[in-house]
Amino acid sequence: MSRKILMCGNEACGEGAILAGCKFYAGYPITPQNELIAYMAKRMSEINGVFIQAESELAAISMVFGAAAAGERAMTSSSSPGVSLKQEGISYIAGAQLPCVIVNMQRGGPGLGNIAPGQSDYFQSVKGGGHGDYKVIVFAPSSAQELLDYTFLAFDMADKYRNPVLILGDGLLGQMMEPVTIIKENYKPHVTEKPWALTGCKGRKPNIVRSFFLGEGALEEHNKRLQQKYQTIANSEIRAQIINPKDSEIVVVAYGSVARTAKAAVERARAKGIKAGLIRPISLWPFPSKIIKDASLAGRKKFLVIEMSSGQMVEDVMLAVNGKSEVDFYGRMGGGIPTEEEVLARIEALA
Amino acid sequence: MKKKNRKKIKRPAQKKVEEKLVLSRPESMRDIDMHYCAGCGHSIIHRLVCEVIDEFKIRERVIGIAPVGCAVIAYEYWDFDVSEAAHGRTPAVATAIKRVRPDNIVFTYQGDGDLAAIGTAEIIHAANRGENITVIFVNNGVYGMTGGQMAPTTLAGQKTSTTIAGRSLKNDGYPLKIMEMLAVLPGTRYLERVSVHSAQEVFRAKRAIHKAFKTQIENKGFSMVEVLSMCPTYWGMAPVQAAERIKSDVSLFYPIGVVKSY
Amino acid sequence: MPKIKINRDRCKGCYLCIVNCPNSLIKIEDKLNAKGVKAAVFSGGKPARLKSKSGLAGKCTGCAMCAIICPEFIIEVYK
Repeated sequence: MSRKILMCGNEACGEGAILAGCKFYAGYPITPQNELIAYMAKRMSEINGVFIQAESELAAISMVFGAAAAGERAMTSSSSPGVSLKQEGISYIAGAQLPCVIVNMQRGGPGLGNIAPGQSDYFQSVKGGGHGDYKVIVFAPSSAQELLDYTFLAFDMADKYRNPVLILGDGLLGQMMEPVTIIKENYKPHVTEKPWALTGCKGRKPNIVRSFFLGEGALEEHNKRLQQKYQTIANSEIRAQIINPKDSEIVVVAYGSVARTAKAAVERARAKGIKAGLIRPISLWPFPSKIIKDASLAGRKKFLVIEMSSGQMVEDVMLAVNGKSEVDFYGRMGGGIPTEEEVLARIEALA
Repeated sequence: MKKKNRKKIKRPAQKKVEEKLVLSRPESMRDIDMHYCAGCGHSIIHRLVCEVIDEFKIRERVIGIAPVGCAVIAYEYWDFDVSEAAHGRTPAVATAIKRVRPDNIVFTYQGDGDLAAIGTAEIIHAANRGENITVIFVNNGVYGMTGGQMAPTTLAGQKTSTTIAGRSLKNDGYPLKIMEMLAVLPGTRYLERVSVHSAQEVFRAKRAIHKAFKTQIENKGFSMVEVLSMCPTYWGMAPVQAAERIKSDVSLFYPIGVVKSY
Repeated sequence: MPKIKINRDRCKGCYLCIVNCPNSLIKIEDKLNAKGVKAAVFSGGKPARLKSKSGLAGKCTGCAMCAIICPEFIIEVYK
């Protein structure tokens, strides 16, 4: 059975969560993701789940901590300033190894910024905006369909690895209306047992959900286990879209809504005879470094990174090529959106 | 002198009177040394909570949430499911756990910083939503874990490491009466302030904690017990004097008694 | 005959038991315990140093006020 619905990205994201069996949502209104919190309010009451409009983003992330600790699939969402507030909570969730999904529909910053789209929370998401050595799995969808699909996947992934998963969207993706296809058979959540969850200690030893380890050497051991987990994730969960013909000389690297513009610009460049390609990271952590490195070693001389920021992902591309190729950058900030013409002009300048 | 011929009187064999232990350690409380200072109220309050849990036979249903503060490792002493929480967010964590597991008994255990400073928003909103949880609020008027700084409940004139000349109402504001503030909210059901400065007060404290848990078990709504507690180390006095200070000083400002009930 | 037993090596020397015993039957020991403090000890029926609240010195009634106030819960009361 399949349905095709015209939905805005925010709502598609919410529906992905519902399909994944999310039964707990706590959030706080902030533009440009208000459609998501409203959608969850409606859908949670329809499926008898829990919806709480929390008193702040701080409270919301701790509510997600609690619901996750109790073994429920839980989600919260916000936009850049609100996600800044959640950083402490995310660090706790990562340290206590709880599964959950966090959605960030990025907007212009820093500070109150504006409500136009942005991509300047890349560092915060990927390098860890909260304290401590932790990693959050980060997916960057670039359409309403992908928002649904990757939010659905995020819950399975969170449970599988006992780790928070962040869906990094932006205001443009959140608010655009696109057709979304839902084929019911394709959305079967993978149920993971949670023997560690707090359910009342009947028939077992009591469980403790904690990220606090005072004993001599205990926290270091805990961190080593976390790092091992992150290595496992890095080895198996890389996702990217590659439009990179063997003869490409310039590879554009972009994610999210910017990747759509970049793809169009690359096609126009090809039509003009410029040998351009595109690598679109979908998992931002783990970052597809090897794919970029391999492209560099295979003779791609120039990489052009396009972002709605002052240049954040570009640093990871530079790390990946490790000096073997040229890395150029073009970005718009403060809510500015790169156009096809701007990207094409930049490709032509490099050609 | 003639030695009296004493006949040995045969007495019936005396029944050995069985000595019964009057009080035993609650099953929910682990038998290990606690890290709290000599005379700290936390040790007593932990035990009262465990006794009440045993009395209601809910050890296998209970989920506790430990605070950030001296009682951060309360889960080392409690033999049931426990979660930590970020500082102040304890009522938010409890809200979520109770909402997804309404048949479990969920309680928070918080100090004055956790509840009345950084967590003011969370306690007010959990109370305002009338969450069916139980809050144990340990009020010892100072931040113990971090070295004795001023708390929202520090009394006027009280010397702490951040109010060296004594708390100045002009500079530092007034001690907060959180219970009285929460009583105004229609979502709160049962609020009582008690103390652990003497054995008699400990009896009363236990009765209040018992009623608070009963309120939740009977689905009657939000319950909270504020426990005036000693912090001998950061009040700069011996435990016996600290207990006396609650009687003669602290309880005059924070009166012991029922604040709201049904 | 009611009596109490204080686990002296787990005593932290807060002496709350001493002021809570209505018959002043607990005193401070002279020696140091394993924690390096002078533990509280049952004086077992003999009048203690402190003034008795009830005026009835001498007998333990097994009221268990000491055990109830003891933060470490290391006083066993036998009746």
